Amino acid sequence: MTATAESAAPRTSAPSGPAPKALRRDRTKINWWLTALVAACSLTVLIPLYLAVVTALKTPDQLGGTGFELPIGARWENFAEAWTTVKFPRALLNTALVTVGAVLLTLLTNSMVAYAIARNLHRRFFKGLYLYFIAALFVPFPIILLSVVKETAILGLDNQLGLILLYTVYGLSFNIFVYVAYIRSIPLELEEAALTDGASTWTIFWRIIFPLLGPMNATVGILTCLWAWNDFLLPLVILSDPAAQTLPLAQFIFQGQFNTNYPVAFASYLLALAPLLLVYLFAQRWVVSGVMRGSTK
Amino acid sequence: MSTLTRPNVGRKTPRVFYFMVLPALVIFAVFHTVPLLSGIYFSFTNYAGYGEWSFVGLSNYINLFRDDRILNAYGFTFLFAIVSTVAVNVISLAVAIALNGRIKFKTGFRGIFFIPNILSILIVGYVFNYLFSNSVPAIAQALGINALTTSILADADTAWIGVVILSVWQAAAFNIIIYLAGLQTIGGELYEAASLDGASSWRQFRSITFPLIGAFFTINMVLSLKNFLQVFDQIVSLTAGGPGTSTESISLLIYRGGFEGGEYGYQTANAVIYLIVIIAISFVQLRILQRREASF
Repeated sequence: MTATAESAAPRTSAPSGPAPKALRRDRTKINWWLTALVAACSLTVLIPLYLAVVTALKTPDQLGGTGFELPIGARWENFAEAWTTVKFPRALLNTALVTVGAVLLTLLTNSMVAYAIARNLHRRFFKGLYLYFIAALFVPFPIILLSVVKETAILGLDNQLGLILLYTVYGLSFNIFVYVAYIRSIPLELEEAALTDGASTWTIFWRIIFPLLGPMNATVGILTCLWAWNDFLLPLVILSDPAAQTLPLAQFIFQGQFNTNYPVAFASYLLALAPLLLVYLFAQRWVVSGVMRGSTK
Repeated sequence: MSTLTRPNVGRKTPRVFYFMVLPALVIFAVFHTVPLLSGIYFSFTNYAGYGEWSFVGLSNYINLFRDDRILNAYGFTFLFAIVSTVAVNVISLAVAIALNGRIKFKTGFRGIFFIPNILSILIVGYVFNYLFSNSVPAIAQALGINALTTSILADADTAWIGVVILSVWQAAAFNIIIYLAGLQTIGGELYEAASLDGASSWRQFRSITFPLIGAFFTINMVLSLKNFLQVFDQIVSLTAGGPGTSTESISLLIYRGGFEGGEYGYQTANAVIYLIVIIAISFVQLRILQRREASF
């Protein structure tokens, strides 16, 4: 996700002279066959979501068949039942708390660490630190899994606060990679001018650099948000109190049951997926371009 | 990249830069490096996760290679990861090229294809579970396709395919966006020139598109394989490792053996091997792909 775009083609923005008229028209013509093909492919994304919606609205005795049939009279009570079965408000609150906490702490700390590293990469200590953080990208999580669980339990961090801390720490490797590349593309002149005006390094960072990091903050924020919101393994092993359960974890309740009530389970799945999906509907353009930016930096 | 940071005109590093990184360094060491080292340490013991323990030398490591369950987990994980990596990259590149073409509703489609990436894979896995176990057999029955009338998840030989489908479905979303970002760095003029020279679409793909997004291809291959080798959520929601242990991945085995099976020391030895394997593969892959890229 961190390909160096500059090693690929530099964007040729120079006007290429007047192209032949026929070619111009050809380039802007919509290819409807391709559009239809893309539309057909996009169905693969939508079909599972459709299945989830119709199943969530059925009564258990309508379940037979392929599952794609429309429900006969939508049964909204499934959602009410799901709401209480998984204690939805509590799970939502936990997830939101962990996600917001992780995003804020990540943005504030990771960008600062990256700034200190980016501006001192020529010094051995900071260069070493940079490599130390990046190297962790190659360490698969299972190897530290068991020890981290012991550690958080001993430190009393087997709760939401512990999760916030761990997302911030484990995101550091990747985020530093992204931030450092971006910070090094910011000219030093601004900082030097501020320095001669007597501004401290702290002031320079918070007043000048941090605001300039806007686009990267968006990218890092989005990726951290998606990760913390949807993560399953870390909450599964870290949280000891059932009252601290996050949304994905709360769905576990339907698995142990002997006779799964599928409509209620699916209603609950939809409830869990809905918050992020709604945010995404409104911020879609912004989210996708944020992720794209992260990949070309 | 190299000329940007001028050594601060010979001055010493302001101490404040150390204050900025030291807390992060300490916390990172506590929650990442210390667990890593203690994991390696315990891999030489017979620690069960509780109670007494003693050193057992290399015996955990030796036993790993004689343990069918471990070998089976490696076999499944690699088969799954390689098939998924190839599938997801082929599909994502194809979709990205189509999305980059002259189509209507570009942003809308782009938004739809990214949806899987914002959904919890665990929860989507439950929906796919229902799809594979109930919907697909019912449809196959109606169409008279005998091979699919039983759930693919119930058969030890085919269950892994279900895991591949779910994983590719989700991972494609992210990879499409990365490829799209790569494709957008290529100027349209190149294609114009090529079509004036009479190059076919395939020829244009081979001689322009693919070489120019080489860096994106490399990074996607390495990251996909690395992520797929750590597969966990998908399996929990689709097959729980079954039928039998046919879809038990390395991560799932480490989690189960280490937490529920009292094999803390033994499974950390497994994790150490796993770490070495992942690092080795990432490096080999980077070397091969980079060399291939350069030869264009």
